[in-house]
Amino acid sequence: MSNLNELSQLLKEIEDQLADCMKCGMCQAVCPVFTETGDEGDVARGKIFLLERLGDQLLHDAKGAKKRIEKCLLCGTCGANCPSGVKIIEIFLKARAALTTYVGLSPVKQIIFRGMLKHPKRFTGLVDLASKFQGLGISKANIDQGTCCSKMMSGLIGDRHFKPLAKKPLHKICPELDTAPGKSGIKVAFYPGCVVDKMNPEIGEAALKVFAHHGVGVFMPANQACCGIPALASGDKQTFENLLDHNISRFSNAEFDYIITPCATCSSTIKEIWPMMAGGQDSKHYPAIKMLSEKTMDISQFLVDVLKVTPVQGGGKAAKQVTYHDPCHLGKSLGVYSQPRTLVQANPDCELVEMNEADYCCGNGGSFNLQNYDLSCEIGMRKRNNIVATGADIVATSCPACMMQMTDMLSQNNDTIRVKHVIELYADSME
Amino acid sequence: MISKTVIDEFKTIVGENNVMTNEVDRQNYAYDAAVLEPVIPAAVVRPSAGEEIGRIVKICNDNLIPVTVRGAGTNLTGGTIPLEDGIVLLTNRMNKVLELNEEDMYVRVEPGVVTAKLAAQVAAKGLFYPPDPGSQAVSTIAGNVAENAGGLRGLKYGVTKDYVMGIEFYNAEGNLVTGGSKTVKCATGYNLTGLMTASEGTLGIFSEITLKLVPPPKASKAMMAIYDSVEAATETVAAIIAAKIVPCTLEFLDNFTINAVEDFSKVGLPRDAKALLLIEVDGHPAEVEEDAQRVEDICKDRGAGRIQVAQNEAEKTKIWEARRTALTALARLKPTLILEDATVPRSKIPAMVAGIEVLAKKYDIPIGTFGHAGDGNLHPTILTDKRDKAEIHKVEQCVSDLFDIALKLDGTLSGEHGIGIAKAGFMVNEVGQSSIDFSRTMKKSIDPNSILNPGKIIGR
Ligand SMILES: Cc1cc2nc3c(=O)[nH]c(=O)nc-3n(C[C@H](O)[C@H](O)[C@H](O)COP(=O)(O)OP(=O)(O)OC[C@H]3O[C@@H](n4cnc5c(N)ncnc54)[C@H](O)[C@@H]3O)c2cc1C
Ligand code: SF4
Ligand code: SF4
Repeated sequence: MSNLNELSQLLKEIEDQLADCMKCGMCQAVCPVFTETGDEGDVARGKIFLLERLGDQLLHDAKGAKKRIEKCLLCGTCGANCPSGVKIIEIFLKARAALTTYVGLSPVKQIIFRGMLKHPKRFTGLVDLASKFQGLGISKANIDQGTCCSKMMSGLIGDRHFKPLAKKPLHKICPELDTAPGKSGIKVAFYPGCVVDKMNPEIGEAALKVFAHHGVGVFMPANQACCGIPALASGDKQTFENLLDHNISRFSNAEFDYIITPCATCSSTIKEIWPMMAGGQDSKHYPAIKMLSEKTMDISQFLVDVLKVTPVQGGGKAAKQVTYHDPCHLGKSLGVYSQPRTLVQANPDCELVEMNEADYCCGNGGSFNLQNYDLSCEIGMRKRNNIVATGADIVATSCPACMMQMTDMLSQNNDTIRVKHVIELYADSME
Repeated sequence: MISKTVIDEFKTIVGENNVMTNEVDRQNYAYDAAVLEPVIPAAVVRPSAGEEIGRIVKICNDNLIPVTVRGAGTNLTGGTIPLEDGIVLLTNRMNKVLELNEEDMYVRVEPGVVTAKLAAQVAAKGLFYPPDPGSQAVSTIAGNVAENAGGLRGLKYGVTKDYVMGIEFYNAEGNLVTGGSKTVKCATGYNLTGLMTASEGTLGIFSEITLKLVPPPKASKAMMAIYDSVEAATETVAAIIAAKIVPCTLEFLDNFTINAVEDFSKVGLPRDAKALLLIEVDGHPAEVEEDAQRVEDICKDRGAGRIQVAQNEAEKTKIWEARRTALTALARLKPTLILEDATVPRSKIPAMVAGIEVLAKKYDIPIGTFGHAGDGNLHPTILTDKRDKAEIHKVEQCVSDLFDIALKLDGTLSGEHGIGIAKAGFMVNEVGQSSIDFSRTMKKSIDPNSILNPGKIIGR
C-alpha cells in the first residue's frame, strides 16, 4: 500500500461534495443500517466524516475506513432525506473507487469482475454451464417459494434460501429480437438485466408478452452486458467502464424510443449512475450515455405514463390480495411510486393492500448482502414482518434483487406468500 | 491513552462489542452538529442499563478519565465533543419507554429514547408530549433535557424543562441520585431536576427521566401573514400577545429566508415581502375559531398585505411547508451553516432583526433569519464555508457582535441550543464573573476530579 497522500489526492474529486454535509445527523432517522446498529460510523454523516479525515490525511487506517464505507446498502434513503442535499450516492461510489484504487481489489472480486463479468459472453457461458450442474448438493428448502439451500456451498453462501438458476435463461428462450412497432407506433429497446436473464426469465417473458399485446416493437440485441453496478459498488471502475463501452456498442446505433428494463437497479444505474460516473461531459461516450440515460424508463412507468394503462374495476371481491414493496432504486432514486401500483390494479384479479413502510429498504443492497448477511437479514426481517402483517397472498415489486431478498426472508420463515414482479401480474391479466 | 486493564473492565461491564477502541470506530465520535474542531476520544462505551453507567463512571473517576455522554450528537454547541484522553459514553442502546401512565399522565423513559418516537407512542395513547425540537426525528430525550431543548410549540406549551417531573442520574462517584417524583407537585429537597436540566452532561449522567404529559388540543387552525415591513410583522406579534391570545406557534421568516425557500421549493411566496408570520392557534374548537378570527383581524390591522388561512389539513401542511423547509433551503446555499439562537424579550425583536441586518452588511456575510418570534428566539443563520479560514474569522467576529446586540437588548446567549464549548467564553458577558465562580464552585464539589464533560458551559 502506498502513502496516504496518494489517497488524499484520489479523494480530491469529492472534496466539495463532502463539504456540503453540515453534520446535522438527520440521516440517522432513515438509514436502515444505522437503525439496526446505532453506530455513528454506519450512517452517512459518519462515513462522510471518515472520508474528510482521509482527505485531510488525519486517519491512517484506510482499510478499516474502506470496510466501514462499504457497510452500506447504497439504498439512497439518506440522500433522499438530507436537508443539505448532499450528493451521498455519488460520494459513496466515487469514494469506493478511490479506496479500491488505493487498497486494491480483493482477489475474489478480481476473478469475478475482471475475469467474468467484464466479458459478457464468457460470463453467460459460465452461468449456463453452472445451471446444468447446480442440482449437485442442493436441496429444496421451501416448496411454496421454490427455493433451495446448499449444505455443500454453505461456506460460501451461508444458509441462504435461493432460487436456482433458470434451467433455460432468457437469452436461450429468446436470443435476440428486432420487431417493428405495431399499433402503438412505439419501439423500445429491451434491457432485461442479468438477474432476469439468468434467474428469472419468466419476468422477461412477461415483459415481451406485454409489449406484443400493446403493439410495441422490440429491439433486444444479443450479448448484452451487465449494467455495471456490482463492479462500481466494489470500486472497480475499470470493469464498469468496460461494461459501459460494451453496452453502448450494443445499443447506441439502433433506432428506438425508449430503453425499458424490468429491474429497478438497472433503471437507476443507467439513468443516474452512468452519467454520474462516466467521466463527465468530456468523455468520448458522453453523448451516447446521455442519450441512453434519457431514454431509459422503468417498465411500469412506461406502461402507465406512455401507454396509459389504468386500473380496472376488480368486480368487488378480487381473487388475490397483493401488497407492493417500493425498491429503493425506483422510489427514492427515480421517484416512481404510483405506476407499479397502477399495474397491480390493472389486473382485475388483484386487490392492492398497502404494507407498513412500503418504501423501507429490503436489506439486499447487492454485495452488502454477501458481506453482511446477518445485518441484511435483520433489515430483511423487518420487511418480511410488514409483508406478512398485510395478510396478502402476493408481494409484488419491481426489482429482481429485492425479489431475491424477500424470497429468502419469506422462505426462511416458511411463509406461503408468493413474490412476483408487477409485470408478471399485469401479463397474467391478458390471457 | 487508557490502560488495557481499564478497557477490559469496560468490556466486562458492557460486553466486548460495546467498547470501541480502534481508530476508525473512535473517529466517528469526535464531532457533533456544531461547527468546531473534532477531537478523537480514546474509547467509546455503550452501556445498556443504568447500573452499567454507574460502574463505568466509577472506573473513570478512579482513573481520572473524562466522560462525555452522547445521545444522537445533534447539539449545535460542541456539547458532545470529547477529550482526547477521555471516553464517549453512548446512550442509544438505552432506548426503552419504561412506563406510560395514562391515569397519572406521565411517561418514564431511558435516556436514549428518540424524541419523535416517544411523541408518537404517547400520541397513540391519546396524550401529548409537546416539546418538538427541529431535530426530534433523531434527538434523544436525555439530550433534550441536558440542553433544555425548545421547539415550535414553546410559546404556549413551554420547553423541555416544563415537562421534566423527575430524573435519575449517576454522579461522578458512580452513585445513583434521584430528583423529583411522579407527582404533579413536589417540594421535597433541592430541585435537583431543575439543576440537571440544561447541565450538558457536566453534573451527572441521566439514566431515567420522568416526563409530564398533557391532553392534546381538540382543534387547531393555521395561517400565514405577509408583510412589507419587519416592524409591522413584529408589532403584530406584540399585539397578539397583548390581546391575551397565546398561539401554540408563532414563527417569523425574513426576506432572505423567504427567497431561499422560494428558490428551493417554489411554494409561491412573494419574493419582495420583507417578513412572513406563520401562526397556529389550538384548543377547543369554538375557542380556536374565535382566536383565529381575532388573530386575522390583528394581522390586518397591523398592515399585513396578504393573509392566507388554511381551510383544511392539506392547506395547513402547505402553509407550514415554508417554515419546515427554511433550514433546508438555507443549507443548500453554502457548504457551512451556523445556526444561532440568541434570544431577546419579544418586544425587542424589531431591534434584534435590524441589528442582524446591520451585521450582515458590515461583515458582508449572508444571514437568513427565521424562528420563534413568539418567544423572542430567532435563528440568525450564517452561511459560509468552513474551509475558508479568512471568512471564518469574520464569522467569529460577527457572532461575537451578535451576542453583544442580544445582551444589550436584555437578551440571552442561548434560547435553546445551550452553551457547550461554542459559547463558554461569552458566558461572563451575560452572567458576570461571580455567577461563573459560583457555578465552578458547585461543579468542583459535585465533580472534584472534573471527569464529567469537562470544559463545557463554564470552561475550565
Ligand atoms: C437540524 C437541527 C435542528 C435542531 N433544532 C432544534 C430546535 O428546534 N430546538 C432545540 O432546542 N435544539 C435544536 N437542535 C439542537 C439539538 O438537536 C438539541 O440540542 C438536542 O436536544 C440534542 O439532543 P441529542 O440527543 O442529539 O444530544 P447530544 O447532542 O448527544 O447531547 C447534547 C448534550 O446533552 C448531554 N447528554 C446527552 N445524554 C445525556 C445523559 N444521558 N445525561 C446527561 N447529559 C447528557 C451531552 O453530553 C451534551 O452536552 C437542532 C439541531 C439540528 C442539527
Ligand atoms: S442529513 Fe445530510 S447534511 Fe445532515 S449529516 Fe446526514 S449527510 Fe450530512
Ligand atoms: S445509502 Fe442507505 S445504507 Fe447507505 S448510509 Fe445511506 S441510508 Fe444508510
